[in-house]
Amino acid sequence: MKITTYLLALLCPALLLTSCKKDNNEITAETKSTFTIEFDNQVNGSPLTLNTTTYKNAKGEDFKINVFKYYVSNIKLSKADGSSYLIRESYFLIDASKAESTNITLKDVPTGDYTKIEYTIGVDYARNFAGAQTGALDPANGMFWTWNSGYIFVKLEGTSPQSTAANNALTFHIGGVVDPNNTIRTFATEINAANPLRIRTDGKPNMHFIVNAAALFTGKTDVSFATLNFTMGGPNSVIVANNYANGLFRLDHIHN
Amino acid sequence: MLALSIALMYACSKNEDEVSQQETKIAFTVPSNFPAPAYNFEDNKLSNAGFALGKKLFYDARLSADKSVSCGSCHQQFAAFTQLDHKVSHGVNNCQGKRNTPPLVNLAWQKAFFWDGGVKNIETSPLNAITDACEMGTDIQTIVAFLKATAPYPDMFKQAFGSTEINSQLILKSITQFTAILVSANSKYDQVMRKENGAVFTASEQAGYTLFKEKCSSCHAEPFFTDFSYRSNGLDLLSADEGRSHITSLQADFGKFRVPTLRNIEYTSPYMHDGRFYSLDEVLNHYDSGVKAAENLDASLKSGIPLNSAQKEQIKAFLKTLTDHEFIKNTLFSES
Ligand code: HEC
Ligand code: HEC
Repeated sequence: MKITTYLLALLCPALLLTSCKKDNNEITAETKSTFTIEFDNQVNGSPLTLNTTTYKNAKGEDFKINVFKYYVSNIKLSKADGSSYLIRESYFLIDASKAESTNITLKDVPTGDYTKIEYTIGVDYARNFAGAQTGALDPANGMFWTWNSGYIFVKLEGTSPQSTAANNALTFHIGGVVDPNNTIRTFATEINAANPLRIRTDGKPNMHFIVNAAALFTGKTDVSFATLNFTMGGPNSVIVANNYANGLFRLDHIHN
Repeated sequence: MLALSIALMYACSKNEDEVSQQETKIAFTVPSNFPAPAYNFEDNKLSNAGFALGKKLFYDARLSADKSVSCGSCHQQFAAFTQLDHKVSHGVNNCQGKRNTPPLVNLAWQKAFFWDGGVKNIETSPLNAITDACEMGTDIQTIVAFLKATAPYPDMFKQAFGSTEINSQLILKSITQFTAILVSANSKYDQVMRKENGAVFTASEQAGYTLFKEKCSSCHAEPFFTDFSYRSNGLDLLSADEGRSHITSLQADFGKFRVPTLRNIEYTSPYMHDGRFYSLDEVLNHYDSGVKAAENLDASLKSGIPLNSAQKEQIKAFLKTLTDHEFIKNTLFSES
């Protein structure tokens, strides 16, 4: 990438002086590139294995996970100077049962060094009530409530011997955007300035996030499956959203 | 007069005899006695091909799990697109649903759908029926696969949307090109209001209208005959269906339902969210003497709405002026 800079410097005198200055002072929006994010689904430090592995929640209760899906949307990157870039139409559905969904590609991002990333865990207010959507937001993905418009932001289904529901089921469908039961949460994390997210035309950095499914059940409120084993929006969904708001994602490292 | 509901704008041809169905341009026109609609086809360009596709999907029973139920089975045109004689909806495998099927009229003015207002966009309204085990009992992937493999659907999608791509978004958008233009605004009432064709109320219709404005229109507001609010009219002391609180999780909304439209009420029996009343007489008797002191009963109904038998007849006479014969018989909307 150094070479490109030198090349540009050499080319500059050949171009109009003004445009050259502009390039040097502003965030380079003229060149764009790509980066990827890998979501590494885990449960308290162990890899997430659907259906078979038994995990423990913060209350020490056993549980298994059969379904784990969540939306990540409206991804926004910021630079040290406070300027930021919102990636348009960034809606992703991560599904633990579909390996390819855990690695997402963000295209057309202005090159530069970014020191912060933030995104919505779920889907913004407007899209919950919008007309028929496609792609990640296609209702065919099973993340749209047909009787109470809106997306399921985070879906975890499984079993626990402690669950009092039929077949010891755990059903956590978190969503809803209307106060007082709004479950839209934003996750933000600073990126170590020594190793920022370097978007370059000649590179394709990868951000590696650890996603801890057990974060639904601990944090602000430790959840016991004996008392909370079913929620589809409403106050109990808010309890779970408040738990995972901070604990679900952790930026582990960046490969620049 | 036609132009006021669904404008059938015949292409100007020199020879009158040349005018045919094919030249009927599907259009959405706001009746002069209606306000601006909530849905205006901005992100769903209305076209003849889109409408034709939406209508075909609406009437295609092959979309359901046992190939026996279409949208049109529950939403029947002769009943203003509700299900005649069914207390609650009747779906696949003879399953009885939980609620009475609402009519599909003037949906473009509605901001929320279903008896509890849970659904927020007309385009996503059909999803529940498609997936509900008790309605069509299927899923979108199955429908998409069926349509991709079944002529003339791929061609119809191409004509409607310019590509043979078939997905849930295009299915829902085309169905909406059918459901959102189901405008009913040409009843005798509308003609009287618009002073059209010299239409006038009879003495008893007029007396009924006066009573209606006094006693009913605080909830059943003109011109839709609903203010789209959620209320309890005291059907039960304790409602079996939680209604609006299912959506809001608020105890103050327990047992409340959307005030239903009364347009075409003559043909939309049975009545109420659970279809408990078969006749308008039963409805009026309820308001007169049957209102129960439900927890969230609307304050204005605390002592019911006392009506003597002459008044009941007058209100019934007025309610029948809300029947839009042209809408119910319009072949444009019929299964063909
Ligand atoms: C088994 C009967 C049944 C079938 C089949 C059915 N519906 Fe419905 N429909 C209903 C019932 C019942 C409701 C009200 C649901 C509620 O309030 O909970 C409804 C509500 C609606 C509404 C909202 C109306 C309003 O005023 O709130 C629309 C729009 C609608 N259906 C369209 C469709 C379409 C399009 C199809 C076909 C894909 C369809 N329906 C198939 C029974 C049915
Ligand atoms: C306080 C508001 C309110 C008033 C006043 C009121 N209604 Fe209603 N009406 C409702 C509600 C709410 C429903 C639906 C109740 C349900 O299904 O649980 C309803 C339902 C109906 C229905 C059944 C419609 C259908 O399609 O199922 C008819 C008919 C009706 N009302 C007529 C009248 C008449 C006539 C009057 C005046 C005498 C009147 N209402 C006054 C709120 C009201």
